[in-house]
Amino acid sequence: MKCRKCPARAVLRLPRHNTAFCPVCLTDFVRTQVQKAITSQHMFSTNDRILVAVSGGKDSLTLWEILLKLGYRADALYVDQGIGTYSQGSREKVEQFTEQIAVPCGATLTIHNVEEEEGASIPDLANMVRRPTCSTCGTIKRYQFNRAAIQGGYDVMATGHNLDDEAARLLGNVLHWQEEYLQKQSPTLPASMDGFAKKVKPLYRLTEREIAAYAVVNRIDYMVEECPMSKGAKMLVYKDVLNRLEAESPGTKHTFYWQFLAKQEKAQAAHGSMTDTDQRTLQPCTTCSQPTSTGICSYCKMVARAKTPAQ
Amino acid sequence: MMKSSMKIHLSHPTKEIEIKGPKHVRDLFTELHLIPEAYLVIRGQDLVTEDELLADTDIIEIRPVISGGSERTS
Ligand code: SF4
Ligand SMILES: [Zn+2]
Ligand SMILES: [Zn+2]
Repeated sequence: MKCRKCPARAVLRLPRHNTAFCPVCLTDFVRTQVQKAITSQHMFSTNDRILVAVSGGKDSLTLWEILLKLGYRADALYVDQGIGTYSQGSREKVEQFTEQIAVPCGATLTIHNVEEEEGASIPDLANMVRRPTCSTCGTIKRYQFNRAAIQGGYDVMATGHNLDDEAARLLGNVLHWQEEYLQKQSPTLPASMDGFAKKVKPLYRLTEREIAAYAVVNRIDYMVEECPMSKGAKMLVYKDVLNRLEAESPGTKHTFYWQFLAKQEKAQAAHGSMTDTDQRTLQPCTTCSQPTSTGICSYCKMVARAKTPAQ
Repeated sequence: MMKSSMKIHLSHPTKEIEIKGPKHVRDLFTELHLIPEAYLVIRGQDLVTEDELLADTDIIEIRPVISGGSERTS
């Protein structure tokens, strides 16, 4: 199979765009999609300081690499969850990437160690507060990334969410009619109030397969192994269903999510934005002063419970 | 000793299998009941498309590209 843009041999077929690319043209395609996302969703400019949330997986490391290659000022934060060999392995990938690719571009990595800072690993914390590991993990990561962005004086925080993530999440939210979450599913979430960092998802126009292919051809060495806690996660089922639809009718995923974004934009223009809702419903946490709807935020509640000795 | 079939590395869970070549990538997907949208095929260090013919001497990785727990924040 030939590349559709040059005489070289193709390495990836992209059925949803009815095309195929060689490594050079694939790299160009992926970076162009990221730049389009940044510009069209008003994410940031070359003057802004960006904090990338990295996990050692394909999405976040690819995102960091692309932002640096496009000339953006992007540092990163890694949260070490203390999940056995998985955390160890992914941390090594992040450190290696930092040394080989990020440092030469003038970027820095910060590591937040949950065991040291919160006093126990994520699986142990989850046990103490009797909540599922993934929801405990989510609370801590969201909290720490937001805090690091605010305290470090970053203009915006970027995550590696891709088209498959967003389409799967949308499917889940629609299946359960979780309308309150639909509002937060946009690739750019403004810093709706003091204490909240602006959050962006520059990979939302790209599928997981396109991102993984970019990582392979650009020799980005990422953690292929998955977090052991993700086994059986609902998200994986939704992704699988969407990929089956995609095989039957290429373009299903992007049509589903992009049409939603277009409708959401119209609805917000008519009914007011997320910022209005946040400013109406949130106030500073009485313990740490990050915005919350419940007096004491869920992170502070969790840490307090973990520190209370069991009866 | 001559190699008589291609070596294939799979992940989630990690597994090594051997399959008799020559074989097209697309037929490999069918044989293993995998959906192409969820995987990449890597020969040595290089990505290959579905119409590529794989030989018995090839070292192949079929790499899943789908990830995610229920609370992906990164
Ligand atoms: S699978 Fe769950 S525990 Fe593992 S990183 Fe994702 S959210 Fe955290
Ligand atoms: Zn080309
Ligand atoms: Zn708090």
